[in-house]
Amino acid sequence: MVRPRVGELLGNTARLTLACMALCAVLGTAAAWLVERTALPGRRGWHVLLAAPLAVPAFVTSFGWVSLTARVEGYAGALLIVTLSYYPLVYLPVAATLRGLDPALEETAAALGFGRWRTFGRVVLPQLRPAVLGGALLVGLHLLAEFGALQMLRYPTFTTAIYDQYRSAFNGPAANMLAGVLVVCCALLLAGELGLRGRHRYARLGRGVARPAEPVRLRRLTVPVLAGVAAVVVLALGVPLASLGHWLVVGASTAFPLATLATAAGTSLGLGLAAALLTTVLALPVAWLSVRYRGRLSTALERSTYVANALPGIVVALALITVSIRFAQPVYQTTGLLVLAYAILFLPRVMVAARAAIAQAPPILGEVAQGLGARALGTLRRVTLPLIAPGIGAGAALVFLAVATELTATLLLAPTGTQTLATEFWNHTRDVDYGAAAPYAGLMVLISAPATYLLTRRPRRHP
Amino acid sequence: MGRRRLLAAGALSLALLTAAACGGSGDFGPASAKATITLYNAQHEDLMKLMVDAFTKETGIKVEMRNGEDPEMANQIIQEGSASPADVFVTENSPAMTLVDSKGGFAALDAATLAQLGKQYQPSNGHWIGFAARSTVFAYNAKQLTAGQLPASIMDLAQPQWKGAFGIAAAGADFQAIVSAVLALNGEAATAEWLSGLKANAKIYQGNGAAMRAVNAGEIKGAVIYHYYWYQDRAESGANSGNVELHFFGNKDPGAFVGVSGAGVLKSSRHKAQAQALVKFLTGKAGQQVLAQSDAMEYSISAEVPTNATLKPLTELSPPDVELSTLNGPKVVELMQQAGLL
Repeated sequence: MVRPRVGELLGNTARLTLACMALCAVLGTAAAWLVERTALPGRRGWHVLLAAPLAVPAFVTSFGWVSLTARVEGYAGALLIVTLSYYPLVYLPVAATLRGLDPALEETAAALGFGRWRTFGRVVLPQLRPAVLGGALLVGLHLLAEFGALQMLRYPTFTTAIYDQYRSAFNGPAANMLAGVLVVCCALLLAGELGLRGRHRYARLGRGVARPAEPVRLRRLTVPVLAGVAAVVVLALGVPLASLGHWLVVGASTAFPLATLATAAGTSLGLGLAAALLTTVLALPVAWLSVRYRGRLSTALERSTYVANALPGIVVALALITVSIRFAQPVYQTTGLLVLAYAILFLPRVMVAARAAIAQAPPILGEVAQGLGARALGTLRRVTLPLIAPGIGAGAALVFLAVATELTATLLLAPTGTQTLATEFWNHTRDVDYGAAAPYAGLMVLISAPATYLLTRRPRRHP
Repeated sequence: MGRRRLLAAGALSLALLTAAACGGSGDFGPASAKATITLYNAQHEDLMKLMVDAFTKETGIKVEMRNGEDPEMANQIIQEGSASPADVFVTENSPAMTLVDSKGGFAALDAATLAQLGKQYQPSNGHWIGFAARSTVFAYNAKQLTAGQLPASIMDLAQPQWKGAFGIAAAGADFQAIVSAVLALNGEAATAEWLSGLKANAKIYQGNGAAMRAVNAGEIKGAVIYHYYWYQDRAESGANSGNVELHFFGNKDPGAFVGVSGAGVLKSSRHKAQAQALVKFLTGKAGQQVLAQSDAMEYSISAEVPTNATLKPLTELSPPDVELSTLNGPKVVELMQQAGLL
């Protein structure tokens, strides 16, 4: 497995992953601060638009750009496109955290003579740390497993090598060895995030209700800032959507087989909802343990759930085939097993969101409820769940989005004859029928829109 | 989200999950009198659907199709082993068939089926058979290259004047079948040298379609692809092929390699008679006619059926002689890895 190509690909993967994580962190945080803390005109609308690229699958964004210009091929183009596709993963948690921050701390800093920048660097940024790091971690994990978008941009990475190993050498064991290296990369990311996150407490301790923060006036900067935000939205959302529209109009193979479109959309929707529910149920206890009962064991348990997300779908899917066919044959190629595969693949997406939400919910509230005589279940239902519901909902929405575009595990594990939007899209793009593929891509964006909208909802301050 | 709505959404998802799981488990019923067979299909779905529908119409045997790609499905069948729900496996290209056969996955085909086609379209052990063919071509941008500038042999592409000028889809099993032909015809040393020339000269694309699009856009002057991508696009709108023309190498050049799509009956099949009937149909006159008349633009290979009239006739291609079951041996992958193409 040690050969020149592997070294080249490892370098490619590292370069892209680290640069994209850094860019997403900067872009996501800056955008979140502008929307949440300044007097930017139309903040509500920008908030939705800035999160909306999540509803467009990365491979659709890629195709939109590639069909526009071949100059996006290679490192710089790949970095641009994956950053545009993934920055909302940082933007959303940071925006949510900024909204929940008590401005009293910043005001105290200002009263102590800190300037605006210093306050941001010394007071706000440290509080954003779990959100920024969690978001960047998700970006990194997405990138380790990203395949379709990067292949279209002709930028080979380690994951590409694993697929190549399956496709060319037909060599499963060798591919699994390569996947092992990917697990090591994933472990490095996880350890890095754990180290940087530190052991701080992030729940608010003050009494009373936090006020909304006073928005910063942009004055002369309003126009340039607006132009910048608009540029991000056009690049991340406008280009791929325009390109979709273009295929629909010019593609000679464009057709609207209504029955198939409806079945595929219904299947994608059902699978997405079921997977989002199961994943949330599985993630909650682990996230709870790792935040409230922090220890080596609970941390190890939480970290272990991330590994599968960094593995290419084909590795997880083939492993599930082997296990289920040997030990649980009746469930092989049933919807139940497929949903379980989704849960394994996408558990970290809920985990990151749930961790942040639980970390921000003050444990004292639950303790008070119990002190007042509420039972454990009642406390969970009436106090804790309402506090963490927005965060959990965000995680569940992320799972839904991932399932709506998942391909490999679906092809291998779904009951025979299952058609989802992603499988039909793939089926047509492989025949180079881009016109015929366009309606499926459009529907994918459409059914992803409500989940994305859910992600952007502002929770009531104190439920 | 309101608590009540959250609960309602949860209940709905649970109901969907349960309903779907119950529906799914029905696939595992025991063999019944009016059997439905399961086809693992790695060929293009539209084409197979046409052929399978014709089969069902003729025999009354229903076929359930599971779609995927060559390597994934071959690996899946191997992992499933004797518990595989598949009865028949069809692919785009022969290496995936060779892989499954090497693990003892196929039952021998009926002699009557094997007798329907020429020996060049089946491995000598008779465990699977070809049912469609595709020719390697050099697709070139007619505004950038004249007929006189075209490479006479695929071997010429390793020469310095082609640096950065053409594309290949190196990672695809399709391209490796072509390399196998080079290896079989020219030997190891020449192949290794040729591959290092390709590594220096070629731009790597994800697939044949992407490479042809790049030729059409003038990003590269030419690309090594299979013929039907061009014919399909020309038949559709020409959007990705308007500036592209095809050059067939011919002369038994390794570049004139003709790839074969295979069909085989799984050893683990519980409906062997019906499965054998499907493979017989695919390779027989009626099935081949469906293929020739479809817009798939792949070659039908039965001597009884004329190929699609739009295509350059199969008899004029003059492909090199290579034994199908030897394609994509470990040697090919090793050489491509040494050259840094994999």
